[in-house]
Amino acid sequence: MAPAARRRWLKPAVFTGALVPFAAVLWNAAHGNLGANPIAEAMNELGLSALVFLLASLACTPVREIFDWPWAVGLRRMLGLFAFFYALLHFATYALLDQRLNFPAILADVTKRPFIIAGFAAFVILVPLAATSTARAVRRLGFPRWKRLQRLAYVAGVLAIIHFVLRVKADVREPAVYGIVLAVFLAARIALFLRRRATASRPTGTT
Amino acid sequence: MSDLGPKIPSSEITPEPAANRRRFLKSSLLFTATAAGVGGGLIALTHAWRPRRNPSVASDGASPEIADGALRARPGPFATSEPRTPLADVAGYNNFYEFGTSKEDPSRRAGSLRTRPWTLSVGGEVRRPLELDADALTRRYPLEERVYRMRCVEAWSMVIPWIGFPLAALLRDAEPTSQARFVAFTTLYDPEQMPGQRSGFLDWPYVEGLRLDEAMHPLTILAPGLYGRVLPNQNGAPIRLVVPWKYGFKGIKSIVKIELTREQPPTTWNIAAPQEYGFYANVNPEVDHPRWSQATERRIGEAGRRPTLPFNGYAEQVAGLYSGMDLRRNF
Repeated sequence: MAPAARRRWLKPAVFTGALVPFAAVLWNAAHGNLGANPIAEAMNELGLSALVFLLASLACTPVREIFDWPWAVGLRRMLGLFAFFYALLHFATYALLDQRLNFPAILADVTKRPFIIAGFAAFVILVPLAATSTARAVRRLGFPRWKRLQRLAYVAGVLAIIHFVLRVKADVREPAVYGIVLAVFLAARIALFLRRRATASRPTGTT
Repeated sequence: MSDLGPKIPSSEITPEPAANRRRFLKSSLLFTATAAGVGGGLIALTHAWRPRRNPSVASDGASPEIADGALRARPGPFATSEPRTPLADVAGYNNFYEFGTSKEDPSRRAGSLRTRPWTLSVGGEVRRPLELDADALTRRYPLEERVYRMRCVEAWSMVIPWIGFPLAALLRDAEPTSQARFVAFTTLYDPEQMPGQRSGFLDWPYVEGLRLDEAMHPLTILAPGLYGRVLPNQNGAPIRLVVPWKYGFKGIKSIVKIELTREQPPTTWNIAAPQEYGFYANVNPEVDHPRWSQATERRIGEAGRRPTLPFNGYAEQVAGLYSGMDLRRNF
């Protein structure tokens, strides 16, 4: 593997590609090409982008361990922040464009309807994760505590998939695929954790 | 590889500026490929790739294929004066799961439906069972233009100038027996023509039902057309049901069978999710869908939301059908 310094193109490249869904929504909105129900379409595309980035950020650690690709973890913070960015746009589209800041209606939605409660909870979880994404926050919290906090990303992932499953009317195949992907990442993390613990606690010979 | 590496002949050592240039080119290439890969992957995963609409669907009435399918109709009663939803949206944003679950799937894929020859049968509790060819239907019953609001259970709505005739006229011709209390409708079942029927997330074929008095109500029509032409396939060609005070899913498409029954017939969405979709499915802003509010709706083409009206604005005509009924329980 080439040293990190030789991969200076990687982060800017992923960053550029990550902005494409946002640019596509803006471009299609400006050209009246979001279909008959543009607000719903924008919400769908932004929400799916958030989910894809959330899962991509959760993939980084297992990918580093399994394929021995240390650079994968270097992308994790950026991917996680993009998940938050798209979740924020998704929620803002709902609150500003769809509901027109009708607070009673929004409040009823986020308190009464499991579909929206799940999505809103996932978004709320992402807020502290994004806020503590700086090196300073890691120092302030201490690494073990920061790490425990960031593991909430898995909870956000599960909630986002529940939100997706509850959104569709009958055909759950697409959210099921995302659910399976998340389950695989989670299983990989657990397997790696168990293996590491087994290695660490192996008797050293003197009992 | 040893620490010293293989011996490189001096003729193959690239001069420094050339090596820099090559490294720069390689990085640029990797940058572009990665950015394009990430961006393209995201576009695919979020279904953001939107090819221009099929012009044969979005036509404005002037194109030859629409002139071929022209249907003459006189203006009918109950017309709303609200602005009509453009044909491109009426024919480009559809729920017709027989052709896929996205709103654009039916307009892209319903070309595989063969609407001629087509036979509609009327049977069950009737004295005169009928078998009618789709073209015979539109000759036998005088066609009217009915400009109705259409409210989808997903909280969006349209205004559609249907071409149709009262279902009551057809049912009267079949002479329901005194035992008939309900009307059951069935969509074509043919996975060859309707590829969505190959997946099992709904029980195929699609079935719907009405109480006999609902079916006989003058608002209830069978529609072979809209916007002065025959139905585009994705809107339920060659013949569909329109019940404007009920959620759109009651308006069963591409009907092959109508049966009068003694018992309340099963209905597809009620089978799929009984706690979410009732038999009656009357538009009701007071009774929320378990997953979202039904108090407001987005009229396609409008930016904001508008309040949803009881019985979709047809309460004056139909509220009497349900007097004394608990509409929260019979949702």
